[in-house]
Parts: sequence; C-alpha cells; structure tokens
Amino acid sequence: MAEGTSPKEKKEKKNRVRMPEQDPQVRARNFLEVPTGYTPEMAKEEAARCLQCKNPGCVDGCPVGIDIPGFIKLAKEGDFTQSIRNVWTQNSLPAICGRVCPQETQCEGKCILAKKGEPVAIGNLERFVADWERAHGSGALPPKAAPTGKRVAVVGAGPAGLTVAGDLIQKGHEVTVFEAFHKPGGVLLYGIPEFRLPKEIVAQEVNFLERLGVKVQCNAVVGRTVTLDELFEEGYQAIFLGLGAGLPKFMNIPGENLIGVLSANEYLTRANLMKAYLFPKVDTPIPRGKDVVVLGGGNVAMDSARTALRLGADRVRLVYRRSRDEMPARAAEAHHAEEEGIEFFLLTNPTRYIGNEKGRLTGMECIKMELGEPDASGRRRPVPVKGSEFELSCDLCIVAVGTGANPLLTSSTPDLKINKWGYIEADSKDGKTFKKGVWAGGDIVTGSATVILAMGAGRTAANSIHDYLMRGW
Amino acid sequence: MFKIVKREEMSQGTVVLNEIEAPLIAKKAKPGQFVILKANETGERIPLTMAYTDPEKGIIAVIYQVVGKSTALFKTLKVGEGYQDVIGPLGKPTHVENIGKVVCVGGGTGVAVMHPITRAMKQAGNHVIAIIGARTKDLLILEDFMRAASHELHVCTDDGSYGRHGFVTHALKDILDKEKIDQVVAIGPVPMMKFVSKLTQEYNVPTLVSLNPIMVDGTGMCGGCRVSVGGKTQFACVDGPEFDGHKVDFDELMRRLQAYCEEEKMCHNEFCMLEESWHK
Repeated sequence: MAEGTSPKEKKEKKNRVRMPEQDPQVRARNFLEVPTGYTPEMAKEEAARCLQCKNPGCVDGCPVGIDIPGFIKLAKEGDFTQSIRNVWTQNSLPAICGRVCPQETQCEGKCILAKKGEPVAIGNLERFVADWERAHGSGALPPKAAPTGKRVAVVGAGPAGLTVAGDLIQKGHEVTVFEAFHKPGGVLLYGIPEFRLPKEIVAQEVNFLERLGVKVQCNAVVGRTVTLDELFEEGYQAIFLGLGAGLPKFMNIPGENLIGVLSANEYLTRANLMKAYLFPKVDTPIPRGKDVVVLGGGNVAMDSARTALRLGADRVRLVYRRSRDEMPARAAEAHHAEEEGIEFFLLTNPTRYIGNEKGRLTGMECIKMELGEPDASGRRRPVPVKGSEFELSCDLCIVAVGTGANPLLTSSTPDLKINKWGYIEADSKDGKTFKKGVWAGGDIVTGSATVILAMGAGRTAANSIHDYLMRGW
Repeated sequence: MFKIVKREEMSQGTVVLNEIEAPLIAKKAKPGQFVILKANETGERIPLTMAYTDPEKGIIAVIYQVVGKSTALFKTLKVGEGYQDVIGPLGKPTHVENIGKVVCVGGGTGVAVMHPITRAMKQAGNHVIAIIGARTKDLLILEDFMRAASHELHVCTDDGSYGRHGFVTHALKDILDKEKIDQVVAIGPVPMMKFVSKLTQEYNVPTLVSLNPIMVDGTGMCGGCRVSVGGKTQFACVDGPEFDGHKVDFDELMRRLQAYCEEEKMCHNEFCMLEESWHK
C-alpha cells in the first residue's frame, strides 16, 4: 500500500489540537497555570483523532492501565460525565495525572499516530474530562463495595498513598491516611508549583477521596507521633507506606552552607506548601534572588528555575552536568522553561560556592564537562575538562540534584528491611515488605521517580492489601 | 485545632508560656525534643523545644520569647483559642544517663528547655549543678523550677540586678576550677553556647548544646537547618537538635540565623502597624 495516499492516512495526519497557553512573557511573572485547558469543542475534536485501536499501545504504556480508547470515545461523543467515570475506575487522581504525567514516554509514546506524526493528546483529554467534571459534573460518586469492617492505615498523603486510599475505600475497607505535613498532597502540594498543578485541584482530588469516606489525619509523623506497631495495636490490619523520597541531596562542595544556597525541597516547600510567594501576606519568607542558578536537569530543577523567575529574578541559569539529551525533565517542562527565558548551561558542574564576609552567596565556580563512557544508568558519564574552571555570579542557588530516602520512619522501625541507600525493600509484584501486614510503594521503594509510577505502585499494593484482608498474608 | 489551656506572661511580657492540648505528642515526648507550631492558615511553621509535658492530661508546654512576627502572633492567642497545627515530637531526645557530676547551663528562654533535661539528669542519679542567667532580673525565668530540679542553683544577671553579676560562663568557670565535672549541657542564645563550649573545651569536659536553626518541615526534608558539626553537615531537626558543643561551627550558625532578617523586619513592622491600628 502506498504511504500517505489513502483517505484513512489523510485523516491520521490531522494535527493535534493545541491546548491554549499563557504567553511566555506574561506567565513568567505570574503563578497562574501555564496551559489554560481545552474547550469542549477542542476536546471533541482532539478525541476524534483517536483511531480506537483494537490492541491499544497507549493502555500498555499507562502504569495504571487506564482504558484510554474507552474514555476518549466517550469524550468524542461529548459524554464527558461517563468519560471521567471510565477514567476513575483505574485512576482516582486524573486531574493531576493529566497535568504532570510524562505522557511522551508513556501512553502518548505508544500511540500509533506517533509513528507518523503527533500522538493523540491523551494527557490533555484526561485533564479536560477531570476539569469538566469538577466544573459541571453531578458530583455523583463512583460505586463503593459493601463495608468489610477491615481497617487500613496509609502513611503519607502523596500520589502513592492517595491511590491506595482511593482503591481500598472503593473496595469497602475503612481507610485513614496519616500525613506529616499540615496538609495532604505530599509532593503534589509541596513539590509541584502552582503554575503547573494548581493546589486547588490537589485539594479537590483529596476532597473527592474524603467524600468517598477516606479519613485524613494531618500533623501525624508516623515513627514519631505514632509507631507502626501502635497502629496495629489500634486495630489497623494493614499499613501502606508511601513516604516519598524526602531527603534532599547536596553537592558536598565547599561553601554549601552559605546563605543563599537552598535545597530545591526547601525552596519549593516554601513557595508551594507555605505559599511564600505571597509574602508578606503569608508569614513564611522565601529568598528572592535576582541572579539565580539552579543545579540539576530534572523536573524539580525546571520547577525551581521557573519559580525563581516568577519571584522576580532578572536572570535564571540552569547548570546541568550532562547534555540536553540526558536531561531527565519532562519535554514540556524543559520547553516551557526555555520559552520563559531560562538559560541552560549544559555540560557544566559546580566545584565550589563563593560567599562574602556576611556568609551570603555571591557566586560559584564551575567546570566544563564532556561525555565519556556510559555509566550504570546507561547515560554517558560526564567527566570534567581539566583547567576549564570559570566563575558565575549568583545571589541564590537552588540545589535540585535529586533526593534520597528519609530515614525518620525506617530508623524507628528496625524490622523493616532497607537497602544500602535506605529505601524500603518491597516485593515489586505486590508491594509487600519484610514486616507482616506492611506494604510500601512509590519513591520510598524505587527512589525518586514520577507521580504516576508511585500511583502504579499504590495500585499494585492496594490489590495485594485487599487480597490479604479478604484471604490472609 | 490544638487548644491553649493555660497561658502566662513572663519577663515583662517578652516571654510567654502556653500549655497546649496535644495528647498524642504529650504521650511520646521526651526531654530535649521539639514541636513545630503554626498559628493559622497563613502562619509560619515555628520549631520550639518543649518545656514540659503532662502525658496524663495530654498537655505539652512551650515557652517562647517574642522576637518576630510569628511569635508576636502566638502572643495574641488566648486561653481557649489555639494553634491550627502542632507537629511532634521531633528531634532526638537528650541522652540521659548517670555519669556523675553534671552542670546544666540555661540562658534566656533556653532555661525553659533546660528545665526538663535538668530534672531528668537528677532523676538519673547525677549530681546536678544548674546555672541560669538573663540580661537583667526581670527577664529571668523559672528560677524556682530550676532550684527544685537541681542540687544546687547559681543565678547570674549581666547587669548585676540579681544573683551574681556577670555571665553564666563566669559562674561555670568557677565551678570547673573547683571540681571535676563529667558533663555540661548548655542551652540558650548562640553566643552563650559558643562561649560555654569554648570554656569547657579548655577543661576537656564533654558539652551538649541544643540548636534551633531556621527550619521548615522539621522532619529532615528541607535541609534548611543544616549545621556544620566537626566539619560535617548535619540536619538539626533529625540529627539533633543536640550536638557536641566542641564540634559545632557556631559562627556559621549565627550567620545562617540572619538569612531572613530583612524579611522578618518587614513582616514584623507590618504586623505591629496592624496591631496598633486595631488598638486605635
């Protein structure tokens, strides 16, 4: 068959419907969401691009196995009410996933249309139906199984924990989520900025779970306020640990404790959870750098850089030790960052921070890197170029070079087995840990990954917990 | 809400005591541990080491000095009102064992934190000498409590208005010159802890200090509270708050405490102006 001649082929070539976005010059100075969302017409038009494959690759590419052709078909027909209910059967947090999933490497990466052109905008459609339900929906809840009388404790109200809570409440169990912070959401709240994921949406997704019957107890530092064994004594029959990877990594180079060097965790927590960008209307301050350097090349680095810009920086430079191709950030984030004027300093690594007599950061010394042989991650290892040191000026440096396992709970629970990096050992097929009645999933098992992978791990664990509650360990 | 059940002003209103209903924390808390308090929706998370707890009544007590916007806001909270959020107990408890003769040095509001540690040291069988100090007599707190918690109490004021005229380090030096001390615990303003540690190093007496750097979450997540101890970076919230005073880089800590001084001024001034306008 000759390529590109059949009427079917022509239909495939129809371009993806772009989601409108705020202008880069405008949005770089505000905290409003960047993409503004589809209209119902746009959603129907985009949904019509889906070929409704018999063996859809997109579903295989989704860590929680959403019936993607199914919900898109309903959207195409304009039945948004049923469309979102279809998504809910596999995903309790669609408004979030539609916004923050790396669709290009998951569902959309497997879309048949991607072979010849642009894949169906699955993420945009998921976001649209979730937003439509919030704005216009009946609020009717999905069906819930009869009460089983079993009680489950979920530790950590992030994506993994909320997924477990959503799944198990629908299966008829009693679920309480314990959260160390004063508000639920985990990384969705403290990590991802308002302009990428409005906090109102996180609050509404949590509220949806609460309406289903999930109890959320904030300010509960499990391991300190209450231990796992005490939760069992209180009558919880199963515990899920979705603690996240909340230990910031630093560069361990001279001058790191100068004022003006912050972990991305601290910077983003101040900005997002504490809403310090509204200071002094709120009481938590945040350093407003004029000349900002962000270290790292992931989503957190992009979020930090774009936040700095919105807090009034004249210049924001992102220093990353590998090349553009190895950047772990979601493509859309790196693209948005560049559009807004963030400068990328690639193949560059800092060697020391420079400060003044008051202990405040004034600059840093960096060295040029080149790519050598591939390392354990399969990416080419960056090696320093001798004698290529140079200085950068900066008054704020945000360190976004990854996170590790927070030992707060594991150190107080010796019968949980952890690996050499401090992550909890859990069976990848069901999430079971070495402690009876305890499951774990998300970043505390795998190290920092994505929201959707944490949700996938939550889904797996929830199925296993349900099995255990009904049939035994 | 975490209700305030008792409230007292000390030191001419510059220091405030709150007893707060927090049964889960009261049950778990040990001397040396801290809580994080947040007054309301827009409030800041402020770490304060607990002064005492009553597990039976489900009460924890904090004593704080009014220094900025957030503590000024705390001060406006009356009995029956409360904190929106109280998180804890956080940090490692003080290591208490019977080692012989212990000197507990408390300065300013540090005396409040020193009190439960002093009592625990005495209960563990140590001979406990306590030294407390303040700038002037009216600022001195918990003298009677500290007398009861120790075997002997020395009181100093910087201006000589009460007790011994001089700094706590002077009283400590006299003791160190006179007898063999096995352990010193010092809690108070950073310069006080620095000079106590400097002094005890000369006498080779192990010294614990309790640090209160700027922090956000208090669970090891933000790294804002990092301090250099023996050349290594530690997080005060999870690795501390108590550290070996001979190894702490106090000068760095003092500088880091100034990180937000401009913002604090701005915020506090605005709050004071608001308060004034209410009164008018």
